[in-house]
Amino acid sequence: MDEIDKQIINALQDGFPICDAPYRQVASHLGLTEQNLIIRLKALLDNGTLTRFGPLYNAEQMGGALTLAAVKAPIERFDEITEIINSFPEVAHNYARNHELNMWFVLATQTPEQIQQTINEIEQQTGLTVYNMPKNKEYFVSLKLEA
Amino acid sequence: MIDLDETDRKIIQATQAGLPLTPQPYQTLAEQLGLTTDDVMLRMSAMQNSGIIRRIGAVPNHYRLGYRFNGMTVWNVPDETIDELGQKVGQLEFVSHCYHRPRHLPEWPYNLFAMVHGKSQEEVDKQIRQIYDLLGDNNLGSDVLYSTKILKKTGFRTTTRMQESGCRASENPTTINP
Repeated sequence: MDEIDKQIINALQDGFPICDAPYRQVASHLGLTEQNLIIRLKALLDNGTLTRFGPLYNAEQMGGALTLAAVKAPIERFDEITEIINSFPEVAHNYARNHELNMWFVLATQTPEQIQQTINEIEQQTGLTVYNMPKNKEYFVSLKLEA
Repeated sequence: MIDLDETDRKIIQATQAGLPLTPQPYQTLAEQLGLTTDDVMLRMSAMQNSGIIRRIGAVPNHYRLGYRFNGMTVWNVPDETIDELGQKVGQLEFVSHCYHRPRHLPEWPYNLFAMVHGKSQEEVDKQIRQIYDLLGDNNLGSDVLYSTKILKKTGFRTTTRMQESGCRASENPTTINP
């Protein structure tokens, strides 16, 4: 990743225009050619520096539901619990964290009711209590990180 | 919740994996979907205005940008002060997400969650101290949970796609902290 890549990453976190030739427009601000921007963007996606490029949809605005949930996975069953929880398509992210509640995952479902159903199924399959922590209120969300 | 028609849903589905990397991406989408370019652009603008699309842009991998210290800071603050404090904490430039979430007493007393990101432990410690100072006497207890491993990361797929094909799991769990 060089300086130009960093500029591209920073610029593209701010948004992307909806117009006929948006790459050309962004490229001209960065002093690049359209083709160069597209090639670099593709490389950043291919090598995993960017996990995504495109519209970021708000699931809740589409009638879907999200929640954050956690379990206390016994160390000797950690891999097994990981496998069970990851097998649910509703699980979008799953992180190990350094706490007694050591596995934290995000559920995304089509309807609010499916959140509870999925939690019930995870509890049944793992035998663990799922601590459901849906947001009561969102104060701020921004994914911008300076490259 | 906002009403979406079939055409909107087709556009959402076609762009879940990302925007085409072609010089005229909206035209490319239009051709794929049998729509006009204007229709695609108008509908995507409308979805952006209504908040269905939070933004169009790039999502970097934190770790690849050097942000290896990603802490979920959690705080126990009085319920009557949480909205005011949550707004303030959310405005700190190093906080990427800030939420009010329910407590699970007695073992989980925390109701304010703020994600912080830094390139070193010292940087994150400083950020945490700043939140600590900001909350003052309203801080009844806190903890910081660092992620030690990404076990799964598929990103959010919208509902239509989820129903069809399920989520794409990451191939291998990735260790992210030293």
